[in-house]
This record gives sequence, structure tokens and C-alpha cells, in this order.
Amino acid sequence: MSTQVVYQRSRGLQDVETHYCPGCHHGVIHKLIAEVLVEMDLLDSAVGVSPVGCAVLAGNYFNCDFVEAAHGRAPAVATGIKRVKPEMLVFTYQGDGDLASIGAAEIVHAAMRGERFTTIFINNAIYGMTGGQMAPTTLVGQKSTTTQAGRDPLQHGQPIRMAEMLSTLDGMAYCERVCVADMGNLHRAKRAIKKAFTLQQQGVGHTFVEFLSTCPTNWGMSPVDAGKWVLSDMAKVYPLGVVKDVPKEEKA
Amino acid sequence: MTREVLIAGFGGQGVLAMGRTLTEAGLKEGYNVTWVPSYGPEMRGGTANCSVVISTEPIGSPVVAQPTELIAMNGPSLARFEPLVDAGGLVLVNSSQVENPACRADVRCYLVPCMEEAGKLGNFKVANMIMLGAYIQATNALKLDTLKEMLATVFTGPKAHLVALNIKALEVGASYVKEG
Amino acid sequence: MSMQKELWKGNEAIAEAAIRAGCQAYFGYPITPQNEIPEYMSRRMPQAGGVFVQAESEIAAINMVYGASAVGVRAMTSSSSPGISLKQEGISYLVGANLPAVIVNMMRGGPGLGTIQPGQADYFQATRSPGHGDGHMIVLAPASIQEAVDLMWDAFALADQYLTPVMVLADGMIGQMMEPISWKRDQPLPEVDKPWAADGRDGDGKTHFVTSLRLKSADNERFVQDLAQRYRQIQENEVRYEATDCENAEIIIAAFGTTARIASTAVRQLRADGVKAGLFRPITVWPYPDQALRQLVLQDSVKAVLTVEMNLGQMHEDVRLAVRGDKPTPFYGRTGGMVPEPRDIARAAQEALQEVSE
Repeated sequence: MSTQVVYQRSRGLQDVETHYCPGCHHGVIHKLIAEVLVEMDLLDSAVGVSPVGCAVLAGNYFNCDFVEAAHGRAPAVATGIKRVKPEMLVFTYQGDGDLASIGAAEIVHAAMRGERFTTIFINNAIYGMTGGQMAPTTLVGQKSTTTQAGRDPLQHGQPIRMAEMLSTLDGMAYCERVCVADMGNLHRAKRAIKKAFTLQQQGVGHTFVEFLSTCPTNWGMSPVDAGKWVLSDMAKVYPLGVVKDVPKEEKA
Repeated sequence: MTREVLIAGFGGQGVLAMGRTLTEAGLKEGYNVTWVPSYGPEMRGGTANCSVVISTEPIGSPVVAQPTELIAMNGPSLARFEPLVDAGGLVLVNSSQVENPACRADVRCYLVPCMEEAGKLGNFKVANMIMLGAYIQATNALKLDTLKEMLATVFTGPKAHLVALNIKALEVGASYVKEG
Repeated sequence: MSMQKELWKGNEAIAEAAIRAGCQAYFGYPITPQNEIPEYMSRRMPQAGGVFVQAESEIAAINMVYGASAVGVRAMTSSSSPGISLKQEGISYLVGANLPAVIVNMMRGGPGLGTIQPGQADYFQATRSPGHGDGHMIVLAPASIQEAVDLMWDAFALADQYLTPVMVLADGMIGQMMEPISWKRDQPLPEVDKPWAADGRDGDGKTHFVTSLRLKSADNERFVQDLAQRYRQIQENEVRYEATDCENAEIIIAAFGTTARIASTAVRQLRADGVKAGLFRPITVWPYPDQALRQLVLQDSVKAVLTVEMNLGQMHEDVRLAVRGDKPTPFYGRTGGMVPEPRDIARAAQEALQEVSE
């Protein structure tokens, strides 16, 4: 009897269990990044910068070097790394609290300077690790432990669209919003990562991929429903697709 | 020997540069020297002052609290700092920019019309060098030749013609003390 | 090697010394009275083949240092008191991740925005525990530009040796003044092997993860105990101080940095007036030269130890810990940006002696 391998863990990931909840998209997104690192032969020369948030332990899961940053400071840490090691492939992996709230200044200025690293931004519209508080990206009406009657625009403001906001900066070279809620989007997401890493290697400026992601635990949904909600509700507020592509615009 | 010099005036009168030149000359002659500027917002358009200490001893405080010598390039500086000068100390006043200049009775005082003399030399920027010449003459703290030698290294290339002008300025200033 | 004396401004001399010592990256943010450091670095670092970035904040700057250090590169930042407060978070993470770095603090008078004039009121912040957690950093306190220059080599060497942040704790006076120096040390520090650096996987595929997170309390306690062990080594091996005229003195003045050099004039004045005064000047304020001070204080001749600072009595606590109540420990301080004069210190010493003789 012969066995046929139809699926296996990427070499870009360590052979360990992750702590992510069932239905959370972190694991899938990790896998896509890992596959791209393998396909581009970057495992030896890549360094990721992990956030404070659910992905704080990402350095234990990837099969490349990692540096854990203070909350929100990953773009500054990545700036320090890329400036002294320009030959390395540098990416940050940040959640919405980390990037859009406490680290807003750091990402704005890294993008302004056109820092030649890639930001992977995981937007799941909630604070996952601390137990479901409102994020700056929480949708209007969405319930969280600090917006128990739903996010009220008068009280809490309205969702912040980081990809669009950062794309106004001249240092931003490539910016795309993706998700992994179905197969078509998953393939597009992987292509976006590969494109961002390739453009980073070409030194064209800052590259940014925003993922709409899930948090079934804190959303109070099943994994399947959470994936559907990304497409039905989140994508309405945060449209999927390329927000900015300077190299392509220049070619056209 | 320790000389504690306070140099004060308007920003733009070359007060800090005068202090630095004096400090550099002190170093050239082998003394211990320090220079401390007033710094920050008060420099912007207002008064500027600096403390220079020239000593045969190691220098403790670089801040001049009771100057042995005061160079006042304008009226407000004279009014503010003259009361601090040691009895028997020296006060040099830029009389071009002080109305009715007058000094305490217990200090040695020279009035030097720096601006008028600089005007005669055709360049108001050398007013501070005129004052420096007067200071050297009045104190014998350093040799005038040391400053002259320094000028030759500061002004080179297209600025070389300024050497003679600045040396002349030093001498004009020194003559005020001789005649004083 | 040139031993000729050159006139340098403190901030610029420190920046140049850092580059000559082998610093490869500088990240900073403007704040008076240390602006000449980033200005000088912006000009000289690229010439020296290094990296300069003007960060968007002090917080970003210290985290850029964290990033550069995490991949094995000698890096530094500088600031002044309010900016150093902002860097505390980053310093704690450097401690937690075992990362070497050098931080220059040109202290000014606080609290809050305070003033831009010199101060020493960051002593507690520097010597007790930088940021949160059970950490320390080595803190070097120069009293002259020459000493600040020389200590830059030591700062980077100690940071690499003990895998710790090192602070050079000076003040606006040292940053702004000019003084002759000579370049006693002209060679950069040797490269140090950093097998932990996250600068790419090892040949055998081994990865590096630079982090300060240890979720299991037992692991974290073990880490902090390891730190403590390293701190004991530092306390045993790296204490530095200067004691002048302290033998058989009747009064010892304890002061650091700018205040110590001002106090040295007071000591000369007191000696001229027939008072046997001495000066004890810690160069490392952490680790504090506790034993050295204690031994000098226990001499029969010593009647009192006068602490003088540009704050309301911060190093005074370390002096009292060293003296342990065995001798009187009076205090004289100016604060908020005011600089003491030698005659004020001499008067305070006279008064202290009078008090103990009554």
C-alpha cells in the first residue's frame, strides 16, 4: 500500500502546536507567510517582528529569526533592524490594537519614511488577547467588553481604515487589503505577501498588507460564521483589494 | 591665577564667538579653560552671554557667578551683570550701545566705542574683536600675538583678507586701554 | 594617537567618541540641551559608514535601538530628562531581552517640562530600576568632557560584556560647555561575537528569537535571578569612584557629575581656610561605590558626610545606605535648573561641621 502526501506543514513553520483558538485566522496567515518565505528562499535571511497581542509568540512558530517588540513599537524596531541590516527581509506582524491604536505614530512615520520593510497588519476588529475589548477598528454597533451596547460613533468614534490612511503617504509603495475567508481570497492574499516581499527586495518603499481576520472566541461566533462575517460585514467597511501600487502606477 | 570672565550682549553681536576665541587662545597658551554659553530660548533674539574661565588650576565650576571681568556689549547686560563683578574687578563697556555709560566706583572700567571704531574699519562685524583687543590689553591675561596667530588659521582661502582686518581691530581695541 | 588638546563642546565630543568607540547606529529625537548630539550624528554617522535616523519620538528612538541591537549592531540614543522618561519603557524591554545599548541623558531641571538648565533629578530614575520590572542598568556619571569621552568606550564595552543597557548620566552643563580634551583612546572596540543575534538563521537552521516574554512565572523568575547574579558580578567588578583628599578628612563631600567638579573648588576653598575637606565622587552611580565610601567615612577623623546634588536629595539615599547612621549625613542641594556655587557648598560644609561640634 502506498501513501500519498496531500498536505504537509510548511518548512517555514516550526513543528509545534500554536496557542491560537479554533477558527482564528492567524494560523492560516502564518502558513501563507511561511510558504512565501520558503518559495522565495528567505528563511535564512528573514527576521519578523512580533507584536503585543495574540501573535506575541509568533517567534516560536516561524522557522526564521524573530524579535518581539513592545506594544505598538514594531515599526520602530523593524526600522532599527532594516537600517542596520538592509540585506535582510524584514516584516512586522501586528494586530489592530498594536498598529492602529498604541502604535499609530510608529506605523505612520515608518510609512512616511518609506521604510523598506513589510507590515503584515491583522485586523480582526477586536482586542483578542486581553479578552474582547473595543479596537479602533471595531465596527459601528459591534459589541465588545468595553462597548457592551455596541460601538457608538458619538462615544467611541468610527472605524479607522489604516490601509487607506497610510496610502496617503508618499513613502507607501504598495498597500493591499486581503482576507483568507475563502479559497479565492486566500490565493490573492498569498500573492499580496509575495508581491510585498518582492517589492521590499527592490527597495521601492514601504509595503503593507492588511488582513481582515477573525476572532470567533471574542466575537461569540462559530469559526464558520466568523469567516462568513468577515466577508459579509467587515469587508463592507474595509473594502478588499489593492489600495495603492506605486510600481504598477508608474509602469502604466 | 584664575580669571572668570562673563561676556554678555545682544544675540548677533558675536558674544559667544568672542568667548570661544578667548577660550581657544587660553588653551593655546597652556591654561585650563572652559566655556559655557547661555542656551535655549533666551538665545533667540534676546540677550546672549557666556562664561569663560582661564586658570592655572583645574577648573571646578565652569559657571561664572562672580566675574573677575565683565564684558558688557549693551546696556541691559551692564545693568544686569555689573553688580556681580568682584570688587576690584574689571568692566569693559561697549559705549557705542550703552546710553550714559557709567561704572561702579570700586571696579576698573574702560569704555570702548566698538561700533564707531568698527565702522571706521569698514566692517561692523569686527566690533567684538575690537573689544577682545581691549580685554587683552587691560588684563594681560593672554598675549595679543596668540590671538593674531589664531586669526591666520581661522581665516583662510577666500577669507584670508580678513586676517589683516581683524588684527587691526584687535590693535584698535588695545589702543583704547592704553589711552584710557 | 593624538594626545594634543582640542577644544570640544560636550555634546559633540560625546557623539564623536561614540563613533570612534565603534557605535554603528544612532537613533534620536531633538530635545534641549542635547541637540548637538543628533545634529553631529546626522553629519558624521554616514561618513563613518553608520546609520542615523531622526525618530518620530523618544519612544520610537529607543525601540529602533532595540531593533538594531537585537540583530547584533552597536547602537545608541540620547535625550534629556523628559525624553528619558519616555524611553523608560524601551529600556525595560532592553533589560528583559538581554540587549546591549547605550543611552546618554543630558539631564535638565524637572519635573514636567521644567527647565532646560542643568539638573540631576533623574538619579532615582536612572539608578533604581529603569522602567518597570526588577532590572538595573550600569550608570556612568562623568564630571568633565574628557571623562565623558573616555567613558563612551567603557559604556559600549560594558553593554556588550554584560548584555545590558548602559546610561551615561550627564547634564546640560556638560553637554553645552566647551573644554579641552585629548583623544586618549582612538581605536574602536573589537567586534564581539553575538550568537544570540536575530540576524539570520545559523548554518544548521537554528533560529533566534529575541524576546522579553516568559509567560511561565517560574521561567521569568529564573531569568530575573540570572539578572541578579549578573548584577552581583557588576557590583563586584565594575564599581568606579574617585576620592580626593579624603584621607584623614574631617568632612567628606559626596557629589557626582557637574556638582562634583563644582564641589572640588569648594574643597580647595575649605582647605585654604584650614578645613580638612575631601571629595568623594562616584563615577558609577549604579553600581554605587558603597563599600569604598563606607570605609572612608568610618575613619575616626570624619565628622560628617555632606551630600551635594542638583536635586532635593536622591544620591543622598545611597550615601545614607553606605553610612548606615554611623556618622551625620547632612545634605545641600539646588534644584529645578539652579547650579550651586562653590562658596555655597563650602558654607554648607562649614555649617555641617559647626552642627556636629555643638
